[in-house]
Amino acid sequence: MPRQKAVPAAPSLIEHVTIGPVAADDLAHVTKLDARITGTAKPDYWNRLFEAARADPRTQVFLVARREARLIGFIVGEIRAWEFGSAPCGWIFAIAVEPDIRLKSIGSGLFEAVCSRFRDAGVTRVRTMIARESQLILSFFRSQGMMAGPFVELEKDLDE
Amino acid sequence: MKLQIATRHALFAILELASQPDRQMSAAEIADKYALSPNHLAKVLRTLGRAGMVEASRGVGGGYRFCGNAKRMNLLDIIAIFEPIGPNAAGAREAGDDTREGQALRQVLNEIEDSTRATLSSITVDTMLKLVRRTPAPDAAPRKAASAR
Repeated sequence: MPRQKAVPAAPSLIEHVTIGPVAADDLAHVTKLDARITGTAKPDYWNRLFEAARADPRTQVFLVARREARLIGFIVGEIRAWEFGSAPCGWIFAIAVEPDIRLKSIGSGLFEAVCSRFRDAGVTRVRTMIARESQLILSFFRSQGMMAGPFVELEKDLDE
Repeated sequence: MKLQIATRHALFAILELASQPDRQMSAAEIADKYALSPNHLAKVLRTLGRAGMVEASRGVGGGYRFCGNAKRMNLLDIIAIFEPIGPNAAGAREAGDDTREGQALRQVLNEIEDSTRATLSSITVDTMLKLVRRTPAPDAAPRKAASAR
């Protein structure tokens, strides 16, 4: 991803934290961190997102936060256009921060970094979707200023 | 959705106190800003005190102070002290509940209540204060003190 460089994180972040594009070597750490938080290891999924970000870094964003050499968090997003009738907007699929290093603005730094990439690509709105019972992550996105949007998620059990 | 008067008093009080956590404020001071009944607000503050969300000190310069964690306390935590919200509030059975129509109606109402609970529990006091700061002040309009029920 040649156009994306690691940059020092926002001043409010703890020292020695940088946020930049994911590298192939990071995928094992991303998979482990996600598995520890969600309970499910999805190496193929993360690899697919990595390949997509490498192929089209303008619309597929996969960033990691590092403190010195240690990967301490990541965020994944994508710019989508005209799905559900919506004008182009940024979507955040996933965000995770090491549990022992939370409440230090790492998540906020990752969120701001992905929003910055979206803005650079000409997008002015960001969306995400979260399970209702995931109160922690829901509260995190709320704290970033996100509010309910104009869409309603519907689903149906196909075995009915 | 309409909140009960006591609940609105509590939310305004918590937001006001949490916006200046190092300062003690009197019930009258908060009541004046939001055009609330001072007597009703005083009762609400005592309830919040018993819940460990505010602490009171007496004497000259006394008043109330926020003593919760603004990044952890959410709107549902406060509202639930004063009124039930969501499926748990349904509690008692109602006429028609035993019919298929009643069950179908309950499914729809549960969907709304689940959404309400998720929204209220995801907005912390800290997030609410950020939202307040981003919200433009409304045009000044004459205020009238609300009467306590």
